Amino acid sequence: MTKMLVGNVNEIDIKGSRKLLVGNTEIALFRLTTGEVLAVENKCPHKGGALSEGMVCGSRVHCPLHDWRVDLHSGNVLAPDTGHVTTYEVEIDPESGHIYLTL
Amino acid sequence: MSTLRKKLVMVGNGMAGVRAIEHLLKLAPEAYEITIFGAEPHPNYNRIMLSSVLAGGASMNDIIINDLEWYHSNGIRLYTGHTVTSIDTRQKTVYTDKGIEASYDELILATGSNPFMLPLPGAEKEGVIAFRDIKDTQIMQETAKTHRKALVIGGGLLGLEAARGLLHLGMEVSVVHIHEYIMERQLDEAASVMLRKELEEQGMKFLLKKQSEAILGKKRVKGLLFADGEIAEADLIVMAVGIKPNVELARKSGIEINRGIIVNDYMETNTPGVYSVGECAEHRGIAYGLVAPLYEQGAVLAKRLAGVQTEGYAGSITSTKLKVSGVDVFSAGQFTEQPGSRALRYQDEIEGVYKKLVIKDDKLVGAVLFGDTGDGAQLFSMIKNNENIKGMEKELLLGVSSDALASPKGNRLEAMADDEIICGCNGVSKGAIAEAIQSGGCTSVGAIKACTKASASCGGCKPLVEGLLQIYAGDNAVTVKEGICGCTTLGRDEIVAEIKRMELKTVKEVMNVLDWSNDEGCAKCRPSLNYYLGMLWPEEYIDEKESRFTNERYHANIQKDGTYSVVPRIYGGVTTPADLIKIAEVAAKFDVPMVKFTGGQRLDLLGVKKEDLPKMWEELDMPSGHAYGKTLRTVKTCVGSTFCRFGTQDAIGMGIRLEKAFERLNTPAKVKLAVSGCPRNCAEATIKDFGVVAIDGGWELHIGGNGGVHVRATDLLCVVKTDDEVLEWASAFLQYYRENAGWNERTAQWVERVGLDSIKQALDDREERLALKERIEATLRLTSDPWKQIVNEPELRKNFEPISQPETV
Ligand SMILES: Cc1cc2nc3c(=O)[nH]c(=O)nc-3n(C[C@H](O)[C@H](O)[C@H](O)COP(=O)(O)OP(=O)(O)OC[C@H]3O[C@@H](n4cnc5c(N)ncnc54)[C@H](O)[C@@H]3O)c2cc1C
Ligand code: SF4
Ligand code: FES
Repeated sequence: MTKMLVGNVNEIDIKGSRKLLVGNTEIALFRLTTGEVLAVENKCPHKGGALSEGMVCGSRVHCPLHDWRVDLHSGNVLAPDTGHVTTYEVEIDPESGHIYLTL
Repeated sequence: MSTLRKKLVMVGNGMAGVRAIEHLLKLAPEAYEITIFGAEPHPNYNRIMLSSVLAGGASMNDIIINDLEWYHSNGIRLYTGHTVTSIDTRQKTVYTDKGIEASYDELILATGSNPFMLPLPGAEKEGVIAFRDIKDTQIMQETAKTHRKALVIGGGLLGLEAARGLLHLGMEVSVVHIHEYIMERQLDEAASVMLRKELEEQGMKFLLKKQSEAILGKKRVKGLLFADGEIAEADLIVMAVGIKPNVELARKSGIEINRGIIVNDYMETNTPGVYSVGECAEHRGIAYGLVAPLYEQGAVLAKRLAGVQTEGYAGSITSTKLKVSGVDVFSAGQFTEQPGSRALRYQDEIEGVYKKLVIKDDKLVGAVLFGDTGDGAQLFSMIKNNENIKGMEKELLLGVSSDALASPKGNRLEAMADDEIICGCNGVSKGAIAEAIQSGGCTSVGAIKACTKASASCGGCKPLVEGLLQIYAGDNAVTVKEGICGCTTLGRDEIVAEIKRMELKTVKEVMNVLDWSNDEGCAKCRPSLNYYLGMLWPEEYIDEKESRFTNERYHANIQKDGTYSVVPRIYGGVTTPADLIKIAEVAAKFDVPMVKFTGGQRLDLLGVKKEDLPKMWEELDMPSGHAYGKTLRTVKTCVGSTFCRFGTQDAIGMGIRLEKAFERLNTPAKVKLAVSGCPRNCAEATIKDFGVVAIDGGWELHIGGNGGVHVRATDLLCVVKTDDEVLEWASAFLQYYRENAGWNERTAQWVERVGLDSIKQALDDREERLALKERIEATLRLTSDPWKQIVNEPELRKNFEPISQPETV
């Protein structure tokens, strides 16, 4: 388990996302309307679409390639499709807005 | 009064039996006093959907077909968790393991089947299960929480669904299959191999041509030993190698059996007063293992018991679909070639589509579809109805054109018996759908789905459901507007009217005021609302980029590997050596893997990394070609009078003028234009949204063409004399389209929907035309080049780059 400082909340648009590479894994960070920042592996379980490029609706992201929907909290693909993406723990320092990622 | 009723007892509370009872209650609600014994501790549930439960698509609650309240209100005495252990056919009494006895006048055996368990040494170990009932499903769910490795023995339908479910639960899954390819009983080798590849991409592993020999482990399973000496590790083994009719009770009671309980065409066994339906029954030598035929049997039995005249059950042709997401497989009838039959095949390895039709004596007898199963329901219905398809073969193979089949399809649906199953996944009959429409008040496919579950699983039967809706709801079905997406029940016109009436100015406001069911909408409604708001309030509305599809957010086309493609604008297809050099230099500098001419006379730089996009645009210093948006794409031109010996007008000049006038315009769907210099029409202007064809002394203006999936040639809008008139009509037409079409509706669909005449009428009045032109110009004045904007604004540009380098803390 390593904890990393990966940026600041204000670097991510609301309903937007940024990605980063940790080792060989690409991770997408999303900032929801609620202020939450959530992190998942940037790879749709369907055909590997980059979820970071998808549209964020509530706490779901729509994959840009074939519109599968992934719940960003659980990493689960929503019905009628099925699948799962890895989620990562995110902490935000409320004072500084720093984003910490643990993986 | 109840003493007058005959006593009906049923053994088995499963899908086929209860279905027969449901039917019987409709035909003769007062005729019987009904008692049902079921060995499972649950009310009647949809066994098929266990696959969906496992795969996360449904909860246990969703799969209950008849809850306890249903039994109660229909006066049925239900004993769940009771196994009937013997029948005294002379005394007409059944006895259960819990000491209950019940006498009957009529007895139905609907005991289903048992999973076939390979008699391997070690098969009794903990962690070795079948996939048959709720209990098995729960064991899989529990096991997945604590264990990693699963083996599924059996690469058939059931095995693959189990494997898919286990993958979903996060386990590592290998499928062990004895045959050299999977689903060999439903698919031919070509389709099977495509299926395997697709499943492998989802993470499933396969061990083919493997003979299992023994199950290893002490108390709990540890692995599987194969005949070739290899060993595969496993914490869970699911056997899905087949089923055998559950005939034990019948056998003990002296009822005639073979593989299953032998029944005649009226589901009668050889013992008076004893009937059998479902997987336990054997009819004309066949014991079926899918619900559609079992439901047909149930319907016959119900009529028999109700004393209603009926033709006997004559056996069924079956079809199967794999209920695994992301994979579409369908097979029906006699899908392997036999002497006397011939097969037509279509195989597209790139798109992953395979289609095979087996034809005998000019009739379709079997079909296998992979990748695109949209035609499955239709083909299946042709197989069942023994239709002559002579002359239609090619059409059927290459995709059924709906016009060509519209009328026979209607007839076919109307002629279909009420008992016939429309939705195989959920066992919904034509009658049940008709009833939902006629008495249940369902007037849309969505409502039918909610009410009957028809088309709720794989959706393959949707065309048939739509057809039935047409037949039974007629005009009602047409007038019922479905919402633009699942978040609202409002249609496009209602939404636009409300936005205007209440002066709603943001996406969020629209959703709040109009009661959206999803707080932040979905990928369907958000872009449409963004478009409608922008169209209605061009001056005030601030475009919401987060409500735009990826391509329009990053102003480049996202490709399947996540790279993008860049297309600079080339007005009318005309460029200069200097621009070509610039494009070539940028392409070389950024290692663009492919440079290609597009179908619309431009250069496409493919395979660009997202991070490089802003830098490339900056260096190109050319306007965006908008090759990605719902906007004006290209204006294709021919050479025209500039060089061509036939040309009567300056097609190039007109093309450039149109492209400059309308570039960057937001439209409901992409819009393509073309200009040809004479009626030879080299620019193919008559398959464009707006086509201009020069004639001697003027221009013909054409609208509503499309070269996509459904090719549509344009309709002639009018003929004009001057270049300015071309601009005037083009402006008016495009603005009228912007104001009236649904989001994502191409002009071709729109013209067909509203009719050419209504458009002609709207544009005929010069004053109206000029007003439309004024509105489009006002909108166009507010546009700017998105590439420049991103290059210049760090706040937008940051989104193209990875967030800062992570630092470990
Ligand atoms: C996971 C899974 C997925 C499937 N998917 C599909 C599909 O996509 N399409 C399709 O058409 N079919 C599918 N099937 C097959 C379908 O579910 C069966 O064909 C259907 O359920 C058979 O109905 P039945 O009433 O004959 O038997 P069942 O539904 O099995 O009902 C028999 C019941 O009788 C009870 N019983 C047995 N003996 C006694 C006794 N002595 N006393 C009391 N009760 C007794 C059993 O406990 C059982 O509950 C699937 C099956 C499974 C397991
Ligand atoms: S359409 Fe007519 S003018 Fe244009 S290139 Fe063809 S022949 Fe020449
Ligand atoms: S890759 Fe994500 S939906 Fe297909």
